[in-house]
Amino acid sequence: MPDSPVIVHGASEADHHEHPAYLRHHFESVEQQADAAGFAMWLFLVTEVMFFGGMFTAYLIYRNWYYPAFVAASHQLDVRWGTLNTLVLIISSFTMAMGVWCAETRRKKGLVLCLMLTMILGLGFLGIKSIEYSEKIEKHHVPGFHYSLQSFTDPQSDSAVYAEYHDKPLPLDMARHTEIYFSLYFALTGMHALHMIIGIAILGFMIFRAQAGAYTSGHVTFVENFGLYWHFVDVIWIYLFALLYLISRHQ
Amino acid sequence: MSEQNEKAKHDEHAHHIVSPKVYVVILIALLVGTALTVWASFIDLGFWNPIIALAIATAKATLVVLFFMGVKYSTKLTKLTVGAGIFTFLTLVSMTLADYISRAWGSW
Amino acid sequence: MSATIVSLPDQSTARIPKMNYLSKENGLLSWLLTGDHKRIAILYLISLSFFFFIGGALAGLIRLELLTPQADLMATDTYNKVFTMHGVIMIFFFLVPSVPATLGNFLIPLMIGAKDLALPKVNLLSWYLYIAGGTLAIYTMATGGVDTGWTFTTPLSTHYVNTNVLTTGLAVFIAGFSSIFTGLNFIVTIHKMRCPGMTWFRLPLFVWAHYAASILMVLATPVVAIAIVLVALERTLGIGVFDPTKGGDPLLFQHLFWFYSHPAVYIMILPGMGVISETISTFSRKRVFGYTAVAFSSVAIAVFGFFVWAHHMFIMGISNYAVLVFSLLTMLVAVPSAIKIFNWTFTLYKGSITFETPMLYTFGFMGLFTIGGLTGVFLGTSGTDIHLTETYFIVAHFHFVMVGGMLMAFLAGIHFWWPKMTGRMYPEKISQLAAVITFIGFNFTFFPQFILGTLGMPRRYASYPPEFQVLNVFSTAGATILGVGYLLPVLYLTWSLKYGAIAGNNPWQATGLEWQIQSPPLTENFTVTPIMDHEAYDYEWLENQNLAKEKSKEVTHAG
Ligand code: HEM
Ligand SMILES: [Cu+2]
Repeated sequence: MPDSPVIVHGASEADHHEHPAYLRHHFESVEQQADAAGFAMWLFLVTEVMFFGGMFTAYLIYRNWYYPAFVAASHQLDVRWGTLNTLVLIISSFTMAMGVWCAETRRKKGLVLCLMLTMILGLGFLGIKSIEYSEKIEKHHVPGFHYSLQSFTDPQSDSAVYAEYHDKPLPLDMARHTEIYFSLYFALTGMHALHMIIGIAILGFMIFRAQAGAYTSGHVTFVENFGLYWHFVDVIWIYLFALLYLISRHQ
Repeated sequence: MSEQNEKAKHDEHAHHIVSPKVYVVILIALLVGTALTVWASFIDLGFWNPIIALAIATAKATLVVLFFMGVKYSTKLTKLTVGAGIFTFLTLVSMTLADYISRAWGSW
Repeated sequence: MSATIVSLPDQSTARIPKMNYLSKENGLLSWLLTGDHKRIAILYLISLSFFFFIGGALAGLIRLELLTPQADLMATDTYNKVFTMHGVIMIFFFLVPSVPATLGNFLIPLMIGAKDLALPKVNLLSWYLYIAGGTLAIYTMATGGVDTGWTFTTPLSTHYVNTNVLTTGLAVFIAGFSSIFTGLNFIVTIHKMRCPGMTWFRLPLFVWAHYAASILMVLATPVVAIAIVLVALERTLGIGVFDPTKGGDPLLFQHLFWFYSHPAVYIMILPGMGVISETISTFSRKRVFGYTAVAFSSVAIAVFGFFVWAHHMFIMGISNYAVLVFSLLTMLVAVPSAIKIFNWTFTLYKGSITFETPMLYTFGFMGLFTIGGLTGVFLGTSGTDIHLTETYFIVAHFHFVMVGGMLMAFLAGIHFWWPKMTGRMYPEKISQLAAVITFIGFNFTFFPQFILGTLGMPRRYASYPPEFQVLNVFSTAGATILGVGYLLPVLYLTWSLKYGAIAGNNPWQATGLEWQIQSPPLTENFTVTPIMDHEAYDYEWLENQNLAKEKSKEVTHAG
C-alpha cells in the first residue's frame, strides 16, 4: 500500500470474470475491452467518412457546375468493368462476414478459407481497377501535363465510346472541365484503392495468424474490427459506382 | 456490485452472432440491387436516373451497415456514432452546396 | 491577503511516495515505449514546450520587424515565412494539442477512476505522430520555410509559391492524425472506462469539455486532411480540383479548410474552458453554478461549431445568401460561450475566493476571453466584418481568445495540477508575479492591435504607414513583457522539481478523484477501483472525509 490511502471506497475485489491472457491490465473485463476496441473502430470509420466526404462534396459541386463535361467524361468509364468490380467487392464483403462468423464460432479452417477468399477477391478488384486505369493512361485522360481533350472536342475520334453514347462535341471551354472529373475520379478511386491495399496487407497478416489459431480461441476483436473496415471500404465503393459510373449515362 | 447486476451487465454485452443464413440473404439482396441499378441506368429516365441510382446505392449501403457490420444488433452508442458521422457529412455537403447554388441568384 | 486554502503536509516529515509513476522504471526506453498515460502526458509537455519556444521566438521576430514602419529587419518574403511558420507551429503544434495532450492525457483517467486511457498504444502512437509532424515542420523551416500563411490559401499555395508547401502540408496532415487519435481515445475512454458510480452528470466539467473537443477532433480533422492531400496532388501531379485555370474553384479549398479550422478554434478553447471550470470551483469553494448548463454548453459549442465556418469567407466571394445565413448562425455559437462565462461568474458570487496562481490565470482568462469572444461577434456580423477583416482587428481577436484564453487556461492548469504531476509545489509568490506580468504584457501587446485594426492596418505586411508606429511600439514593448511572463514559469517550475515544498495528496483541498490519491500517482493510478458516491465539486463530502480521517487519527493516537 502506498502511504496515502485511497479515500474513495474501493470496488469489491471479488472478481466474477475470467482473466485470459489477452485481457490487458487496464481493463476490468473482457467485455469492456472488446467494447472499447469496437467503439474505437467505429469512431475511426466515422473519420474515414469525413475524409472521403470532402471529395464527395467536391464531386457533387462540380457535377452541378459542369454538368455536360461530367456527363461526357463519365462516358469514358466502362459500366461493365464497374459492375464486375461491384460484384467482386460485394462478394468479398460476404466472405469477410462469413470469416467473422467462423471466428466467432471457432472454426479455424473456415476462417482461413474465408480470409483467403476475401484476399483473392480484393486482389481481383485491384486487377480490374488497374485495367481501367491503364485505359485512361493510354487515352491521356490522366489529369496533369499530358491531358488530352480529344475525346470530348471530337467524340467521333473515340470510336468505341462514340458507338455507345453518340456524344456531341463539347465546346473547348466546357471540354476543359472534364479534367476536373478525372481529377476527382482518380482522387476518389485512388484513395479507395489505397484503402484496399492496406486492407489486403492486413488480411495477409491475419491469414498467417489465423493459421496459428489466434482468432479462434475466443478473442475475435481483431477479426471483427477488420471486418468493419472491409465492409466500410465496400460501402464507399457502392457510392463511387453510382456516382462515377451510373448517374450520368444519359444527358 | 451484486452478482445479479453483474450478470445483467454481461448479458447486455453478450455478442450477437448473426447466422450465416442472414448473410446469404443479404448477399443475394445486394447482388439483385446491383443488377437492378445497372439495368435502371440503361433506361433513359431523365431527372430520375441519378435519384434511382443513389436510392439503390443507399439501400445497398444500409444493408451492408445494418447486417454485415452488425449495426442492427449493436448498442445505441454505435448507432449514434454512425448517425453522427452521416449527419456531419450531410452538413458539409448541404451547406457547401447551398453556397454554390445560391451564388447563381446574384445579389439582392 | 493571507487567505489561502493551501494545506500542505508537515514538511519535516513529509516525503514523496517512493512508489510512483515517475520512479517505477528508469531509462530513456522506459519513457519512449511507455503506455502510461501520465508519462505520455509528460512527454507531450516537454515537446510542446519546445515548439512553444520556437513559435515564440518567431513571434519575437515579427514584433521586432514591426517596431519600425519600414521593412528593415528582414526581407519582405522572409517576413512572410516567419509569420507563416509562427502560425503553423503555434496552431498545429502547440494550441491544438496543448491542454488535451498534456493535462487531458494525465487527468482524464484519474478523474473518471480508470487505470489508463482505453487505448494506451494508440496514445503513444499519437505522440510519435506529433513528433514526426513536428520534425517535418522544423525541417521545413530549416530548408527555407513556407510563405502561404497558416491557411494554405489556394491558388497561392498550389501555383504561385515555390516554398515548401508539400512538407508543411505533410507535417500538418500527420499532426492532424495525432489529434484524431487523441480525440478518439478520449471519447472511447470517457464512454467505456468510467468507474462504478461515475455517471455522466458526476463527471468533472473538465472531462465534459474534453469530450466535446474530442468530437470536433474526430469529425472535423479528416476534412482538412483531405483538403491538404488535394493541394499536394495539385502541386505534384497537376490535378485541377482547386485550379481556376481548369475551372476548379479556389473557394472550395476554403470551404474544406474552414470546415475544419473553425471547429479547430473550439478544439483550441474547449479544453481550456474545462480547466477554468475546475480552478474556479476549487478557489471559490463552491460547486460550479449550473453544472448541467456548463456541461451541455460544451457539447452545444461542439455541435454549433460545425455550422458557422463560412464566416471566415465573407469577403471571399461566397453568395450573399450564404453570408446572411452564416452570419446569423455565428451569433448562435456565441451563446453557449456566454453561458459558460455567466455561470463561472455566478460561481464566484458569495464564494470564498482565494488568489493562488491558478486563480489569477483564471481571472485573466475570464476577462480576456470575454473580450475575444465579443469581438468575435463583431466579426461575425457580416457588415462590420467587411471593414475589419484582414486587419489587425482579426489578429487581436484571435490572440485574445487563443493567447488570452487558451494559453492562460493552460498555465492555470499547469500550475493547478503541478503538485499532482510532480508531487511538489511551485513557489507561490513568484508565480503570482508571473501571472500578473503575463496579464499586463498581454494587454500591452494585443489591445493596441484592436485600435490598429479599426484604423485600417492590414495584417501580414512587414511595413506600414508611419502614423501606426506608436501603437506598434506599444505592442512590441508588451510582447517583451509577455516574454518575461512566459520565461519565469519555465525557470521556477524547473526549480521546483527539486526544491519545491512537498505537496501531499490534496494541497488545494479539491474534490476531484485525482486529488484523493497520492501525488505523484502510482502507475496504475488506483490500488482498488474506486466507487463514486457523490456529485462533482461536493465540498461537504470532502469535509466529512477530512473529519473522518482526523477522528481515526485521534483513535490511533489514543490507542
Ligand atoms: C465566441 C465566439 C467567436 C466568434 C463569434 C468568432 C468569430 C470569428 C470570425 C467571424 C472570424 C473571421 C474574421 C475574418 O476573417 O474576417 C474569426 C476569426 C478567427 N477566430 Fe474567432 N470567433 C469566436 C471565438 C474564437 C475562439 C474561441 C478562437 C480560438 C481559440 C477563435 C480563433 C479565431 C481565429 C484563429 C481567427 C482567424 C483565422 C485567420 O483568418 O487566420 N475565435 N472569429
Ligand atoms: Cu471561426
